[in-house]
Amino acid sequence: MDFGFTISKPRSIEPTEAGKEQLRLLEEQVPTFRRCMNCGGCTATCSAGHFINFNIRKVHNLYRWGQYKELDEELQKCMLCGKCTLVCPRGVNLRSLIIHLRKALNKDHLSNDFQHFIRNNNR
Amino acid sequence: MDGKIISIQVAIIGGGPAGIEAASILSRYGVQVSLFEGESKWAHNIGNKFKLFPDFSSADELVQTLSQKIVENQIPAYLSTKIVALEKQKNAWVLTDEQGRSYVADTVLLATGYDIFDAKRKEELGYGIYNGVMTSVDLEAMLKTGKITNVLGEQPQCVTFLQCVGSRDEKIGNHYCSKVCCVTAVKQAIEVKKMSPQTDVFVFYMDLRMWGQGFEELYREAQEKYSIRFVRGRISEAASTFDDRVQIKAEDTLVGQPLKMSTDLLVLMVGMEASCGTKKLAACCGIDGEYGFALSKQPHLADNQTAQRGLFVAGACKRPMSISDAINDARAAATEIVEYLKIVPANKK
Repeated sequence: MDFGFTISKPRSIEPTEAGKEQLRLLEEQVPTFRRCMNCGGCTATCSAGHFINFNIRKVHNLYRWGQYKELDEELQKCMLCGKCTLVCPRGVNLRSLIIHLRKALNKDHLSNDFQHFIRNNNR
Repeated sequence: MDGKIISIQVAIIGGGPAGIEAASILSRYGVQVSLFEGESKWAHNIGNKFKLFPDFSSADELVQTLSQKIVENQIPAYLSTKIVALEKQKNAWVLTDEQGRSYVADTVLLATGYDIFDAKRKEELGYGIYNGVMTSVDLEAMLKTGKITNVLGEQPQCVTFLQCVGSRDEKIGNHYCSKVCCVTAVKQAIEVKKMSPQTDVFVFYMDLRMWGQGFEELYREAQEKYSIRFVRGRISEAASTFDDRVQIKAEDTLVGQPLKMSTDLLVLMVGMEASCGTKKLAACCGIDGEYGFALSKQPHLADNQTAQRGLFVAGACKRPMSISDAINDARAAATEIVEYLKIVPANKK
């Protein structure tokens, strides 16, 4: 019988070693990413963000913490117009960042270990 | 000296950077000054530091240079002489020290500086309770040893800094910003990374105030070169883990999600409060301002004068101040005192 009880998963971010390793790899691929100071200029100017709910700053921040749930789908909203890269005051190569994020999160490109990791961390 | 009253032209209370600099400038202008310091060392707050922002110069060397100024200018200077009372009598100021000795001065410069915020007052952060929680001052002492270790004496996996401990916090009654902690954390985070490159370093902040020349560049370097992670959010509580690490709770406010993580060391960036001496002496002569800091006459054009004639203020007894600002402020105070004494500079070169 279903009494309708469920266990809610914790909402807190809890960083893991695997997530840290993933971030380290991304920082190696896109070194300018480290410089981000979260001004939100990228999100404000985003061509896609004008029409749909898409916050690129939040996406890469979630990635920093190893929170991968739905990020892959989210990143498909980007049209790679590159306006974000033009406005960034810290010279973050956002276009390159998005491409590398897509690669990292696209399951075809992932190692089995990381696929397993993402599956188990999709909250 | 007992029982005898010593007469002085300008008495400077406080042997930190402000007091020493003012004393040295005034004595070069031919003013007769005496310098009083309650502690047994000159500039003891600087002496507790390893290196200074933004240029990573040696704190010990600065203390040495400052002390040298006292010797070079042959300034009558008294260590371990805590002035506990200051009173105006007719046209002179009477200073009394802890031993009951009195000194009479025409003019007084208050340069009694600051004390470090007592981190135990933020009980939820676990200072003095959990081994892995330390203050930024404790970390300076560790940096001086040249080695960063966790409570087990091993290389730490993670070091986390928390900004604004004792500052910008209504709960402990300090609404103000202590000004120097932001850049100090950036400096210390870099030093940790230099000594222990494998360690993950996080800095939790509410705002990052990189107000000085080179500070913003240092922050950028911390991110770019040292991969130091800056997280916007205030750690609200710390707890111990089974393996003697520290568990912290915060929100990454830029993501809008709570965060739980463990760290080997939690470094609390303790702010500045008016020192005991500042509170006491400023209250003695009615120039006590907000939070017990000494109150200048006017913030723009009379920031070294006070409501009392012949009583001047300089440095961090007025408000949180960096070392270089305190030194500059002391020079300004010295100029004001020279004007006040109507003394023509003796050696115009």
